[in-house]
Amino acid sequence: MNLIEQLEAEQIAELGKAIPDFRAGDTIRVGYKVTEGTRTRVQAYEGICISRKGGSTLAASFTVRKISFGEGVERMFPLYSTNIDSIEVVRRGRVRRAKLYYLRDRRGKSARIAENVHYKPLSDTKA
Amino acid sequence: MRSGVIAKKLGMTRLFLEDGRQVPVTVLHLDNLQVVAQRTAERDGYSAVQLGAGTAKAKRVSAPMRGHFAAANVAPKRKMAEFRVSADNLIGVGEEITADHYFAGQFVDIAGTSIGKGFQGAMKRHNFGGLRASHGVSVSHRSHGSTGQCQDPGKVFKGKKMAGHMGAARVTTQNLQVVRTDADRGLIMVKGAVPGSKGGWVTIKDAVKKPVPDNVILPAALRSAAEEAKRAAEAAAAAAAAEEEAARQAALAEEQAAIEAAEAEAAAAPKGDAAPEGGETNES
Repeated sequence: MNLIEQLEAEQIAELGKAIPDFRAGDTIRVGYKVTEGTRTRVQAYEGICISRKGGSTLAASFTVRKISFGEGVERMFPLYSTNIDSIEVVRRGRVRRAKLYYLRDRRGKSARIAENVHYKPLSDTKA
Repeated sequence: MRSGVIAKKLGMTRLFLEDGRQVPVTVLHLDNLQVVAQRTAERDGYSAVQLGAGTAKAKRVSAPMRGHFAAANVAPKRKMAEFRVSADNLIGVGEEITADHYFAGQFVDIAGTSIGKGFQGAMKRHNFGGLRASHGVSVSHRSHGSTGQCQDPGKVFKGKKMAGHMGAARVTTQNLQVVRTDADRGLIMVKGAVPGSKGGWVTIKDAVKKPVPDNVILPAALRSAAEEAKRAAEAAAAAAAAEEEAARQAALAEEQAAIEAAEAEAAAAPKGDAAPEGGETNES
């Protein structure tokens, strides 16, 4: 392990984030800290995770897409961001792609994702 | 003016801060950074320190350089550089400089050799616009345009921006901010990018375009000074511990004496009315 990897591993350990096991296709709810003036509150952002990048490295990120007032909204979060309060898996989806960018061209019925009823939790809880 | 340092660029990463910000940082490593020679005004006409960093195999170092390192009594170094310093900031030969030389928040200038790009066209090298995609342009869409005038002057002026070798040149990036230092591992983390490739050598100096901060360490943050301070702290801690121990011993002895006195008193006056009472309180 080179020194950069070591520093990143140390930082991940130091941040001590509990990241649930989730993948593209899952519906997730992200609690994101928003600072308004001086006070901070947690804002929930719920949608379908359409991509995960960077594995579980420090630079990893994921994209959440939702339809807000009839308009598609995508938001990218760094996995280890200190602004993320919590990540919660609402529903497991069954998909055959790692990146669900095709959802951008779809609306309504065709943009549905079937639920993965055969989901098996990982033996170790860390994602 | 104090000395700069030689560092090795390890690569880039990011730091997630408590307030939610994430900072891109370049990690720089001070590897066995020692003073190899001094230049003094009397002997050389200017004052400077020659620093060496890294470790070189002795058999791959030329004999004259081996002699130079032997004179300074330091192990052969991989990279050497000279830093101009004022005469009162000269550092003794053989002293090692640590990463505490800079503090978090300080601005520095970092110079290194940029990554070589080879022979590049005018568009990449000088940000020229190139020629049009259509309207009769053929083959030369990425070429530069005219390089000058006509029969008068009848030549291309020197310094005309054209295609040619790009990169692998000395580049200085000014006013980079130090985010974090780690003296134990010899790491300096600087916000933003630093010229050169991973594993390349760079020199770090206090920023020339910012006022010198008051709390910089003069002449430099030295390993010997740090060890001296550590020893002093240890000695002070030991002295404090010894004092505490002595006080405790004294208190213990006093208590013992008091108990003994009370016992003696109790033994001497077993029939006294007040004595047993006093003895009890003393014993408890």
